[in-house]
Amino acid sequence: MATVSAGSPVVDLREPAGWRRNKNRIATVAMWLALLLAIVPLGFVLETVIAKGASIISWQFLTGGPIPPNVLPAGTGGMGPAVIGTLEITGLAALLAVPLGVLGAVYINEYGGRGILGRLIGFMADVMTGVPSIVMGLFIYTIWVLHFGVSGMAGSFALACLMLPVVIRSSDEMLKLVPQNLREASYALGATKARVTVTVVLPAAIGGIVSGALLAIARAAGETAPLLFCILTVTATNANVFSGANTALSTQIFANANQVFAGAQARAWGAALTLIAITFILMIAARIVTARFTRYSR
Amino acid sequence: MEESEQQVIQHLAVPERVSDTPQTTGESIFDMRDVSVYYGSFRAVTGVSLSIHENEITAFIGPSGCGKTTVLRTLNRMNDLIPSARVEGDISYRGAGLYDNGVSATAVRRRIGMVFQKPNPFPKSIYDNVAYGPRINGERNKAVLHEIVERSLRQAALWDEVKDRLSKSALGLSGGQAQRLCIARTLAVEPDVVLMDEPCSALDPIATGKIEDLMQEIKSQFTIVIVTHNMQQATRVSDRTAFYSVLRDEKTDVRTGTLVEYDQTANIFENPRDSRTQAYVTGRMG
Repeated sequence: MATVSAGSPVVDLREPAGWRRNKNRIATVAMWLALLLAIVPLGFVLETVIAKGASIISWQFLTGGPIPPNVLPAGTGGMGPAVIGTLEITGLAALLAVPLGVLGAVYINEYGGRGILGRLIGFMADVMTGVPSIVMGLFIYTIWVLHFGVSGMAGSFALACLMLPVVIRSSDEMLKLVPQNLREASYALGATKARVTVTVVLPAAIGGIVSGALLAIARAAGETAPLLFCILTVTATNANVFSGANTALSTQIFANANQVFAGAQARAWGAALTLIAITFILMIAARIVTARFTRYSR
Repeated sequence: MEESEQQVIQHLAVPERVSDTPQTTGESIFDMRDVSVYYGSFRAVTGVSLSIHENEITAFIGPSGCGKTTVLRTLNRMNDLIPSARVEGDISYRGAGLYDNGVSATAVRRRIGMVFQKPNPFPKSIYDNVAYGPRINGERNKAVLHEIVERSLRQAALWDEVKDRLSKSALGLSGGQAQRLCIARTLAVEPDVVLMDEPCSALDPIATGKIEDLMQEIKSQFTIVIVTHNMQQATRVSDRTAFYSVLRDEKTDVRTGTLVEYDQTANIFENPRDSRTQAYVTGRMG
């Protein structure tokens, strides 16, 4: 009879020694290394932004204005105009791009996917993701700003153009994951295609669609280049997104960070931290909202 | 179950045909004349002609790839969802051509519901699953919806198990419960016909037994067509059985499904006319 306490059991149930066991170890180590490689720079960025930006953050900095000239020290004025600018410009861009992008994905997946138009839209979306953001800004500058002047809305158009392909592609992938048998179940009850899409397909994919839209919004909120010549930059709050020059956190980071003045640099770090915080809050809020929609999926 | 077994034994003892032509107990509700179904250029099913009768349970049996499910899906135009699928021949439902111009597949499916092989509840609450059909058909009155949900769940023999958790996710149900929920969901729109595509293939014998019992319960109100791989199930539940098989072209090796024999269930299993049916039901083939 084998005695467990003796230390050498009769059967060895461990992974056999040799190459197979080593392979397992190598792969595990490689994965941990990859994770570290991905996390460490991210951690550094966050740590630096918080370390250099946190000291300037105050209610006055977040809401006050106007944005002071670069030469003034930290503690004067505030980034309020840029916070408001970012919220309204990115918000309007999301309002334009997310519904359009989701509808585009619905078209590709549920309606014309196999047709020429469906494939063309998918292909164009892929091409559009590769367009540099400054080119998108110049595009809007040419077709809009030259005719109607700078405005927050012009910036929103440029950001929406950048977000659109990302929203289309991510929503498309999510809709593809909805099992065909759910659609069939709905069709078998006499639902029309529109009904199936609205009551079954979109609710089943909503979590992923929201994630994709958020990534696009977060990305757009940080875009600088297309805003530079679409909204110009001002120091006072412009609550009217539809007309007049405006400002945003990203352009303020750009305008302040390349200055030699300590106050301007502090304001740039503060603006960077504010932008990260806004994105973070937005992500959490969206997760809470979608948790309600997806509460039956688990 | 016991009763039908006795019936089988009785018939085995008296090996003569119940009747040569199927007696019409119910009115004929589907008439298929020379129906072929293509997927692209592939002819999946060739030349099926049969009639399905009201308030009966009709079973489709046969080996894999013989086209039973394909034929079933022509009956409520589910094949329309497969872009390459094409139906030839005539299928009439209560005298109206199912594939005539102007016929709405949606209107067809409201009358002819379907239960699928794999239970496919929506990721919604149990209540919302059952109320889904009535809601998309315009029912908004809460009291009426309540009544429909309870009645449908009772018909599907699920009410007692779920009545205290109607607001919980349907994805938390066991396989057998989920399938009965899908049946309840189908019954909630008060269809005329219920098509079942191997509804018990993913279920254990107890859950299967429950579903067979409920089929017997509801057949007075609905006409049922069931595809099954389980021949015992066909003998237990069905009034008529259609045996399908695969035809293979020797030269080209092209296979197509076809209807071999259609008769009262007792005849198919005890006294088949066709040697292929004989071979299949006795387990020598397929």
